[in-house]
Amino acid sequence: MGRAPISDQQVDEIIGALLRYGVILSAAVVALGGVWYLIQYGTTVPNYRVFLGEPKEVRSIGAIVGGVAGFQCRGIIQFGLVLLIATPVARVAFSVAAFALQRDNTYVAITLIVLAVLLFSLLIMH
Amino acid sequence: MNVLELTALVALISAAAGFLGALTGLGGGVIITPAMVLLLGIDLHYAIGATLVSVIATSSGAAAAYVREGFSNIRIGMFLEIATTVGAVFGAFAAARISASALGVVFGVVLLYSAWLSSRTRGAPPADQPDDPLAVRLRLSGSYPSPQGPKHYKVGGVKTGFSLMFVAGTLSGLLGIGSGAVKVIAMDRAMRLPFKVSTTTSNFMIGVTAAASAGVYLNRGYIDPGLTMPVVLGVLAGSVMGARLLAGARPKALRRVFGLVVAVLAIEMIYSGLTGKL
Repeated sequence: MGRAPISDQQVDEIIGALLRYGVILSAAVVALGGVWYLIQYGTTVPNYRVFLGEPKEVRSIGAIVGGVAGFQCRGIIQFGLVLLIATPVARVAFSVAAFALQRDNTYVAITLIVLAVLLFSLLIMH
Repeated sequence: MNVLELTALVALISAAAGFLGALTGLGGGVIITPAMVLLLGIDLHYAIGATLVSVIATSSGAAAAYVREGFSNIRIGMFLEIATTVGAVFGAFAAARISASALGVVFGVVLLYSAWLSSRTRGAPPADQPDDPLAVRLRLSGSYPSPQGPKHYKVGGVKTGFSLMFVAGTLSGLLGIGSGAVKVIAMDRAMRLPFKVSTTTSNFMIGVTAAASAGVYLNRGYIDPGLTMPVVLGVLAGSVMGARLLAGARPKALRRVFGLVVAVLAIEMIYSGLTGKL
């Protein structure tokens, strides 16, 4: 293989940074929504004994993003959690690009399969 | 108990679990679910959903450090993630079909197995082994940094490792755990990777595996923002403190105590499941 435009070590460093900042950003959003949630609902009594399932507003990514726009505290926490879930997905998406730059077709294919499974689970599965 | 009190309690349990998990290297996720179910009477589905998301946080946080150090093998991780993500989606679907009692029993058995595993010391992999032809085709072999310079290693048992990874993914999707124990077995025993490589690559894969089931969990309404918030923040805070306190060291006595706690919770989970209390 000729000189790849991006080395394995550079890929490792970018992936490391991506994961770190993804976690920090999502934790910050979750904390922000969490403080707001506690101020608003802190003295109410929750019921987690019986599984009822979450309401529609916090169950699909589209609705969650809408909830953030509507400034609902539970929606903001859920948005932070979605950012957290998206962090490893972004890592896989970046790997597709990195393997493509390295002209490593086998691994472009392998990584695309993983990305497809993730997107199927996150976006299509309703 | 109101929301404020419950949040504080869940955050405290999660921080302790994250702290112990980081100190012992066993991951804290496994004890949060049983603690929430058995001590706080929270429904198993909510507990599993919250824990699964926290697993993504700790795995990604730790992976960020390991990847930069050059121990994780990204090619092995990517290849095996095909098996773990498909397994995870499958497991997450199965979780919706299985009753809480049955789920509790399976959870307990897996916990017991993890506790038993953690009590054993791992043997060193053989210094030399023939490369699996499939590993050569996929260019899975690699090297890791050591005081004597980069050390090369070969990779065996690719098919067995891949199949075991499907099982690990299924368990992860079914129970909302990282399944680190099963992942490490697949890479230690089947593929015979060096200790540091299998541990860090397993950790690297956990986030992606958990993300695959998280989509299904989210759509099924298992992820409650109010409950997941203290779990994620608690575990993150606990594991960061644990990692800072003891960079790399794994005290044996603490491992034993943690293993014992896991075993007790496991038996309690199986008992509650069998007597229909979940």
